[in-house]
Amino acid sequence: MTDHTTPQAHETHVVGYGQYILIWAGLMALTGATVAFAGLELGRWIIITALTIASIKGFLVLSVFMHLRFEDRTFRLFASVSGLVLLIFIVLTFFDYAFR
Amino acid sequence: MTTTAIGVHTQGHVHRDDYGSKMGMWLFLFTELILFGGMFVIYAVYRFSHQLEFELGAKELDTLVGTINTMVLLTSSLTVAMSITAIQRGNKKLSMLLVGITIALALVFLVNKYFEWSHKFSVGLYPQAPELLSKPQGEILYFGLYFVMTGLHALHVIIGAIVLAVDMRFIQKNIITSTSYVKLEAGALYWHLVDIIWIFLFPLFYLVH
Repeated sequence: MTDHTTPQAHETHVVGYGQYILIWAGLMALTGATVAFAGLELGRWIIITALTIASIKGFLVLSVFMHLRFEDRTFRLFASVSGLVLLIFIVLTFFDYAFR
Repeated sequence: MTTTAIGVHTQGHVHRDDYGSKMGMWLFLFTELILFGGMFVIYAVYRFSHQLEFELGAKELDTLVGTINTMVLLTSSLTVAMSITAIQRGNKKLSMLLVGITIALALVFLVNKYFEWSHKFSVGLYPQAPELLSKPQGEILYFGLYFVMTGLHALHVIIGAIVLAVDMRFIQKNIITSTSYVKLEAGALYWHLVDIIWIFLFPLFYLVH
């Protein structure tokens, strides 16, 4: 196996340990925030804050841990489309049920 | 590993498409998203129709255990992400160590989950338990969803840990190297997806009360 085929070499983006640790610290802080918010009596806002924080955390994992930021456009497009499909899927079903 | 021209042509040119492999892994992850997505729809609808009972159900869960498990999974996502950097920089031992820590954290998560479920079982909160069936319909639905969704997630944790164990063996045997590490990337992507699903399960089951 000679090494003149390096399919990964031309597009490799090596993410430093520091950047990962920074993102991890952010995720931990957001976890603390979401637990703290849940302790307050926010009523109906609790689900909105909880889901907003969860979405930010999910975005951080997708973009940095899963390297979507550094991949080419096709990966990002695929991920956005599938996320959007899921969102439509949930929102439309929910509205159908809620206003029946 | 021959250096003759013939050797290069017969065995030197191994076909490899890392881009395609990674794309395939992402496509698989999208199917996983739909699998869990269907359950999130069911959750949304039942929560809407049984709001008070869902809040009562959530009060039965231990927020502390849920928070600890969230932090365990987030940390395991960090270590598996760092293992890719390590192998890219040619640091084989560090990469194996980081994958090993990830697997250990997966086991910590499962042990916590085991104690959590055992406690629920001991107080009569499991599907078809007489005590659970005597509760209002909404709470029965809440615990039904709780066991199915966290159970399916735990199954993914087990599968992810096995995949990462195979990856660790591959690093050891130089199948995964600093120039060919897409197998480790695929395992890591799966692990991050397991983490993302938990990021949503945690507030929906533990915090919304």
